[in-house]
Amino acid sequence: MKVLIVDDSSATRFMIRKMLKELGCDVVEAENGKVALETLSSNKDVEVAFVDWNMPVMNGYELIQEVRKDAEYNNMKLMMVTTETEMTQVVKAIEAGANEYLMKPFTKEMVVEKMALLGIEGAVQ
Amino acid sequence: MALEEQDFLYVSKMVREESAIVLEKGKEYLVESRLSPLAQQDGYASIKEMVQKLRETGELVLKLKIVDALTTNETSFFRDLKPFEMLQKELLPELIEKRKDQKRLEIWCAAASTGQEIYTICMTIRENFPWLRDWNVRILGTDINQEVLDKARRGVYSQIEVNRGLPATMLIKYFEKSGIDWKIKDDLKSMTEFRKMNLIKPWGSVGRPDVIFMRNVLIYFDTDTKKEILGKVRNIMQPDGFLFLGAAETTLNLDENYVRRTYDRGGCYTLKGKDAK
Repeated sequence: MKVLIVDDSSATRFMIRKMLKELGCDVVEAENGKVALETLSSNKDVEVAFVDWNMPVMNGYELIQEVRKDAEYNNMKLMMVTTETEMTQVVKAIEAGANEYLMKPFTKEMVVEKMALLGIEGAVQ
Repeated sequence: MALEEQDFLYVSKMVREESAIVLEKGKEYLVESRLSPLAQQDGYASIKEMVQKLRETGELVLKLKIVDALTTNETSFFRDLKPFEMLQKELLPELIEKRKDQKRLEIWCAAASTGQEIYTICMTIRENFPWLRDWNVRILGTDINQEVLDKARRGVYSQIEVNRGLPATMLIKYFEKSGIDWKIKDDLKSMTEFRKMNLIKPWGSVGRPDVIFMRNVLIYFDTDTKKEILGKVRNIMQPDGFLFLGAAETTLNLDENYVRRTYDRGGCYTLKGKDAK
C-alpha cells in the first residue's frame, strides 16, 4: 500500500516514514501541500495521505480542501496529523474532508489503530 | 491498598530498562491495576510482597511476567474493533428484537479498567440505536482497582489516550475539551455505572447481563480459577446472552457449555443449546 506523507519537517517525515516502512507500506513524501498535489499527480496509487496542518506555501487544511474537490481522489483516505489539538480544529479538518485526525506526538500503535479505523486493517503488518 | 512509592519506583525503573516504556509518577493506578491480578494468580498476598520477592531474588520469570503485565493489554477506545462491530451489526439487533417487549438490556464490562471499553459500548449504542434512550439499558463497569474505576467514572482522558483507537467523528460528538484533556460528555457518562469488584471473590449483584465483556482477564488466572469464573458467568448471563473474551482467550478445554460464534476473524461465546439463533 502506498502512503503519502506531507510535512514540512524532515525529521517528522523521517519518523513517520520509518513507522510506515515497518508496517510494510511504500512511502512517498512532500514538504507542503503544493508539492503534495504534484506528487499525487504522478502517484495515482496513493491510498492514504498523512497530512500535517501547519506548512508553508500550502497548508494541510488547504491541501485537504483541494484533494476533496477532485473526484479522482475520492477513494483516497486523508489523515490530518498535527500538533493542533483544539476541538474547533478537529471539527474543521473533518468537515473539510479528512477521514481521521491524529494528534502529535504519536506512536506506531496509534498509527495502526487509526489505519484500522480507515478500514485498512490487515493491509499493513 | 496503595502502591508504596519505593515499589512503584522500582517497578517503573525495571520496566523502563526492560521495555523502554516510561511509567511516570501518577501512573501508580496503572501499575496496581495490571499487577493485582498477577499477584493474586501467583499466590502473593499483595503487589508489595510480589515486588519484594523480585527485589530479593531477581527471578527472571517473575520479572518477565511483571513487564508483560505492564506493557501489554494497554486499553484503547474501540480496542480490536471487531467485537464492537459484531455488537453493532449482529448482537444488539438480535437482542433488541428479542427484548422489545421488556425494553430492557444489560451489559457488563467485567474489567472496565479506565473506562475506554465501556464508553466505546455507550458510543456504539448512541450512534446506532438512539431509540434505546427509551429503554432501560444498564451498562455496568466493574474492576478490581478503585483508582482505575475513579478515572473511568470521571471520564477524562489525555490527548495520548484519545489518540488511541477513537474515531475523530466520535471525539467531536461525545467529548469536550477540558484544559489539555478530553472529557466524556455527561450524556454518555449517564449511561454507565461503576462498581469495585474482584472476580475471584463473591460477585454480589451484577444483574442478568445480555452481553458480557470479559476481555484479557482470564489470562491472569490459573486453570481452576478460569473454570470457576466461566461457570459463574454461565449462571448469571442471560441464556441467550453473549460473552466476549480477549483474542488470546478461549473457553475451550475449560468449560464445554460454551459455543463459539464467529464474526470475521473474531467472535464471542454463547451458551450451548440456549442460543435461539
